[in-house]
Amino acid sequence: MGKSEPASRARARNSLPKTPTGISGLDEITLGGLPKGRPTLVCGSAGCGKTLFAMEFLLRGAQDFGENGVFIAFEETEKDLSENVRSLGLDLNRLVAQEKIAVDYIHIEPQEIAETGDYDLEGLFLRLGMAIDAVGAKRIVIDTIETLFGGFTNQGLLRAEIRRLFRWLKDRGVTAIITGERGDGQLTRQGLEEYVSDCVILLDHRVHDQVSTRRLRIVKYRGTTHGTNEYPFLIDEDGISVLPVTEMGLDHAASTERISSGVPRLDAMLGGQGYYRGSSILVSGTAGSGKTSLAAHFANATCERGERCLYLAFEESRAQLARNMKSIGLDLERWIKKGLLRFEASRPQLYGLEMHLAHIHKLVKELDPAVVIIDPVSNFTSSGTRNDSEAMLMRLIDFLKARGTTAMLVNLTSGGEATEKTEVGISSIIDTWLLVRDIELGGERNRGMYILKSRGMKHSNQIREFVITPEGIDLLDVYVGPEGVLTGSMRAAQEAKEAALGITRRQESERKERELQLRRTALEAQIAALRAEFDAVEQEAAIARTQNELRERLVTEDRAAAAVRRGADAVPLPRKGKGK
Amino acid sequence: MSTKGGKPSGGGPKETKEKWELRLYTAGQTPKSLAAFRNLQKVCEQHLPGQYEIEVIDLLANPRLAKDHQIVAIPTLVRKLPNPIRKIIGDLSDVERTLVGLELRPR
Repeated sequence: MGKSEPASRARARNSLPKTPTGISGLDEITLGGLPKGRPTLVCGSAGCGKTLFAMEFLLRGAQDFGENGVFIAFEETEKDLSENVRSLGLDLNRLVAQEKIAVDYIHIEPQEIAETGDYDLEGLFLRLGMAIDAVGAKRIVIDTIETLFGGFTNQGLLRAEIRRLFRWLKDRGVTAIITGERGDGQLTRQGLEEYVSDCVILLDHRVHDQVSTRRLRIVKYRGTTHGTNEYPFLIDEDGISVLPVTEMGLDHAASTERISSGVPRLDAMLGGQGYYRGSSILVSGTAGSGKTSLAAHFANATCERGERCLYLAFEESRAQLARNMKSIGLDLERWIKKGLLRFEASRPQLYGLEMHLAHIHKLVKELDPAVVIIDPVSNFTSSGTRNDSEAMLMRLIDFLKARGTTAMLVNLTSGGEATEKTEVGISSIIDTWLLVRDIELGGERNRGMYILKSRGMKHSNQIREFVITPEGIDLLDVYVGPEGVLTGSMRAAQEAKEAALGITRRQESERKERELQLRRTALEAQIAALRAEFDAVEQEAAIARTQNELRERLVTEDRAAAAVRRGADAVPLPRKGKGK
Repeated sequence: MSTKGGKPSGGGPKETKEKWELRLYTAGQTPKSLAAFRNLQKVCEQHLPGQYEIEVIDLLANPRLAKDHQIVAIPTLVRKLPNPIRKIIGDLSDVERTLVGLELRPR
């Protein structure tokens, strides 16, 4: 099987033809839709949305893809069906009137029927054929064929007929959805999966902590690649939407563009330029540490650049937030009026996680914002389990990253816990993580902020004091010295103390300087005196030397004069002796 | 395709007996349909001489009726009269069940 990898990939690329369902998200998971001209089994327990799923497939086909369809109902009458789907914004009656959709309600009443020998289900085939021909159907839904098993007793014959039915559907070339009720230990109660071998989709409806979540899984899809996860889906006024967000993978582009955080000093800490565009930013901190203010600054900066920002508030109402931010010098109202800032305030408990996710998706697609702020994400745990909410956030971040949207998540950490630990679930997918924490010191509580991590940029490792002023957020250097880290008034006091000490030190050194100067002057005077003395001695020595020379000469001259006087030769003759 | 049975061979109408209206749905001249028709005639001759009427509806010729009359299995025999309506499916080869189904014999 060594060389099967490229072969299978090639096959996936030009795999069997598919029919788009038009159900948002499903076509992405199935890489194009359901197998064209083949039956697909959609199974699940009661109330999981099988009929709606099938109906949407049919109606979207007729509405959006020009493929007419037939709905064969065993359980609901045409009137019921029409009413049921109207709540999803689908108008069955109109399409029926336009002869794009045909509905046939097949009523089977077990008590009415006695079996007296050999028979077949030709009547059913005739009805299907007639319905298909009536609208020129390319799609058909049979909902649910299992009803037949209740109506007829000859199971062997029935199974043979169902087998024949599927073959017949394939021969007719219609793309079919067959629904089946979930059975014990198998996908459907009557084992329909043995007839439908091409594509099986399982729908599930689970309630966890009183919050219900619908999930969809492709159990098998022969001859093609497909997403294999369980995908949450929801049913709302726009029909079914499946959320294949985890499929985004990690192939999103990474922007090198930087955007301001709205706080100049914070930008400076982040390598001087702020966040990366399209990155995910986590701001975590305890209650009242200024997380929302930080987020609001970011929102403000985004709008100042003329970009759109989506602010999802789960704790405060829009008006409350706008008012509060005004108190720190941010006028968010004007951005709302300009349409650059969109507030969506709701309680996280209002819907299940998937609904939230879908809601956010929808808003993001609608508004196409450059920045999405979620304040706070920690509240999601109250509408799902921790695992679920982490998975949801991960999908959300993936989704936003794939769009190149910058995401800021605000996370409230509970005081007692270690701040770095609480978000372990999502911390790994966060690019820039700011931590705002309270520093309790000297009877007051001050805010300290530091950057826990920031991928791909040089960032400050220092704690800054985080001050909220009426003009906005400011970051100050904290006092770090022999006394430890000091903030707030203690920092101020310490700084004053240091200043006082500084003055004293300066005065001291000035005094010393003066003293030294004096001594230097004194020494120089001394040196001058000594030099003068030295000069005097020198002079004396010179006089003495001159006098000596003079005396020497005088002595010599005297001797010569005496010699002349004695009549001595002018030139002393060589001595002959006895001349005298 | 309506077949009036009984009258010629029934030996005259019996006023006391109620009238039976039977309708047999088929899809073309398949062996099963032909067998059903044969079996039905036999049963009627035996138990309802002179008081029955069989209408054969070929759904191939008139598929709309399958929808209108809610027919799924072929062949299907419907007893329209006497009331209430009874539905029997199969080729009627199981005479016992046919009689029970038509309420010609207590269950």
